[in-house]
Amino acid sequence: MIAASNSSAVPLLDARGLSKTFGIVEVLKDISLTVRPGEVHAIIGENGAGKSTLMKILAGNHQPTRGELLIDGQPMSFSGPVDAEKHGIVLVHQEILLAPDLTVAQNIYLGRELGKGLTVDDRTMNEGAAKAIRDLGADIDPNAIVSRLSIAQRQLVQIARVLLVPHRVVIFDEPTASLTPHETEALLKVITDIRAKGVGVLYISHRLPEVKEIADRVTVLRDGRLVASHETTELEPADMARLMVGRDVAKLYPDRHAAEARETVLEVEGFDVPGYARDAAFALRKGEILGFAGLIGAGRTELMEGLVGLRTAKGNVRFNGRPVHFTDVHSSLKAGVAYLSEDRKGKGLLLTKDLRVNLTLASLGKFIRGLQIDRKREGEALDKAIRDFDIRTGTKEILAGQLSGGNQQKLLLAKMMLLDPQVVIIDEPTRGIDIGNKEQIYKFIASLAAEGRSIIVVSSEMPELIGICDRILVMRGGRIVGEVQGEHMTENEIVQLATGVNAGSGEAA
Amino acid sequence: MNAAVTDTSKAPKTSKDWDMAAIAPFVALALLLVLGYFANPNFVSLANLTNVITRSAFIAIIALGATYVISSGGLDLSVGSMVAFVASLMIMFMNSGAIADPMMMLVAGMLVALALGAACGLANGLITTVGKIEPFIATLGTMGIYRGLTTWLSQGGSITLRDRELQQLYRPVYFGDVFGVPIPIIVIFVTAALAAFVLYRTRYGRHLIAVGSNEEVARYSGISVQRVRTIAYVVQGLCVAVAVLIYVPRLGSTSATTGILWELQAITAVVVGGTALRGGVGRIWGTVCGAFILEIVGNIMLLSNFVSEYLIGAIQGAIIIIAMLVQRTLMRK
Repeated sequence: MIAASNSSAVPLLDARGLSKTFGIVEVLKDISLTVRPGEVHAIIGENGAGKSTLMKILAGNHQPTRGELLIDGQPMSFSGPVDAEKHGIVLVHQEILLAPDLTVAQNIYLGRELGKGLTVDDRTMNEGAAKAIRDLGADIDPNAIVSRLSIAQRQLVQIARVLLVPHRVVIFDEPTASLTPHETEALLKVITDIRAKGVGVLYISHRLPEVKEIADRVTVLRDGRLVASHETTELEPADMARLMVGRDVAKLYPDRHAAEARETVLEVEGFDVPGYARDAAFALRKGEILGFAGLIGAGRTELMEGLVGLRTAKGNVRFNGRPVHFTDVHSSLKAGVAYLSEDRKGKGLLLTKDLRVNLTLASLGKFIRGLQIDRKREGEALDKAIRDFDIRTGTKEILAGQLSGGNQQKLLLAKMMLLDPQVVIIDEPTRGIDIGNKEQIYKFIASLAAEGRSIIVVSSEMPELIGICDRILVMRGGRIVGEVQGEHMTENEIVQLATGVNAGSGEAA
Repeated sequence: MNAAVTDTSKAPKTSKDWDMAAIAPFVALALLLVLGYFANPNFVSLANLTNVITRSAFIAIIALGATYVISSGGLDLSVGSMVAFVASLMIMFMNSGAIADPMMMLVAGMLVALALGAACGLANGLITTVGKIEPFIATLGTMGIYRGLTTWLSQGGSITLRDRELQQLYRPVYFGDVFGVPIPIIVIFVTAALAAFVLYRTRYGRHLIAVGSNEEVARYSGISVQRVRTIAYVVQGLCVAVAVLIYVPRLGSTSATTGILWELQAITAVVVGGTALRGGVGRIWGTVCGAFILEIVGNIMLLSNFVSEYLIGAIQGAIIIIAMLVQRTLMRK
């Protein structure tokens, strides 16, 4: 679009007017972009903007409904990812797609094993794998079993596997989503190295500072359309955010009055979730929003799952002054403590069932008349939930899996609120959710607290915790290592507590 | 990640597609009736059809239970052996002469059969849920156990209901009719209606489907997955017992080969009926239809002389594979 094409170099990859429709939903409309040799081209956009779909088309996983793809100026149509690989276009998936029980080398060479006749040549493959990993600046034993590796190491193995294919365009689909800052830095260096070899890189992310650091050009998608394409030097992260959202993002978090000191609702002491959390202690007050920050793997989710009886755990828990020990969700829900899983699709909703079934699943007892489920009352409850939580859906007959991430989260919230819980624990409330829905969900959380409910928010998004919480507890390595509140609620303080690295000012009380 | 998009591409289960899968078995049944007519016009006579459906009763009723187990995400391979085991013990009990009055004895015998069926199902359920053993292996084990116990009880021979009076009293349960409708057919429809009510209308049914659809979601919603699954196996045991109640009066005897390969037929009926083998979708009336289809295919083979009737097992085996292929294509759309 705006980027003046450098006519001297034929783009490695040239997409013209790509559109993609699933059923009646048009997820991509008229997208054109190029990747030149030796450049990093970032694609940014909110969840649901169509980034992943675009990448899947470029990598041959999907066929475009309209538009064409040119490789070295030649029109091309990929029959599948293998075909795209043959043309040197490779995709590093966002999810880890490795066989957990095989070794690093076996995974790297999976499906393209080296060998003579019927036997595989493990030694050559181990050497090749070791070299591929060294090239990435990493140090992983090629004989290690993948399930023993950390997420970041697995991500690197996955990248090594992809880069083993002769490649000319490498597509990274949110590669840093599960990496720590340190690991992210290492990965960005890998990308810089690849670029130096004249390879074209397509880099998808919504971490804008990262994009600013690494990309030469930035293309912004919104609602399946290309809204802007610029040289990175022309854009600051704030501009990128504005383009992604289509408006100013300053007013994302609701105004809240700091809750006055009210009675303690939930009191946890010496609480252990074996293998995940040790000696946790905290108190939750009425009408309070308490945040839990920490790196992935710090044990936040497991601590919450232990509290509501989803994991074996021991320790003292007092709820409304009375000692309780929940051994399953049935008992915790009954007492009035609801947990909304971070894994909405895997643990929150039945994706292949309709909205009504999902809404009432945890509270069916309230919809029983005689022996039967009262479907009419269920329908009324659904109407109310759609109104109250602003669930956007064309038809009520839709399956839960067909809702967008934000609407799924609203449905899950509505499902749990049917139980009228006193304590609501929300794990990653806005993961995979676009900004409009985020804002609404923050509002719901704030209003639940205003109603006198007590909320625990577990999140990896520090701005979100800072934006909505009264206090934030930080976990590291299974322990609660600190608490921040008031003016101490800054990303800097939280990161220091979460990583245990003291990079400047003193620790918060 | 692009949530909305991946979902529509990965799980394109819109309500319309499901309807296709639901209708398919009934269309297949209609086609079979037409085919049967061309193979032999006698096939569509009321007498022949009544006869065929009556004979499908055992598999149909067992398959209703299998629909529960399979939609909860489980599997029960032991049903054939369980029929033999429960029926043998029921006959032995009635042969014991513990109760003098034949009518009382018959009622007691039936209750014993139901209790035994429930107990066998409970055993299967507890082994898979509390014992945390794969249903395939657990019920493969109990399949051997129930079969072996039957062989031992009968000492390799047969177990026959000896009391003449009792035989006469019991006979109509299979051979009798009400206003011209054979009792086994009534039992099929009453059991199916009950099964459909529980599965589609009650809290337990909703929980069962939730557990089969996604065990984790069910657990996180406060549903006791183990209890729901265990009850499904008990329902299966009860259905086996009901099938036994109409099986015993037919021949009045059992042997070590009673009910052999019935698990194959029951599972085939369930799959042909459109229930998803991975759980989460249960189709009671589809299952009944599937059982009819199996019996009708056998009957057409018998009447038509196209194919040797000795090939019936092979044909049934082929049907389950074809049904799976059809189901998958319908769901993939």
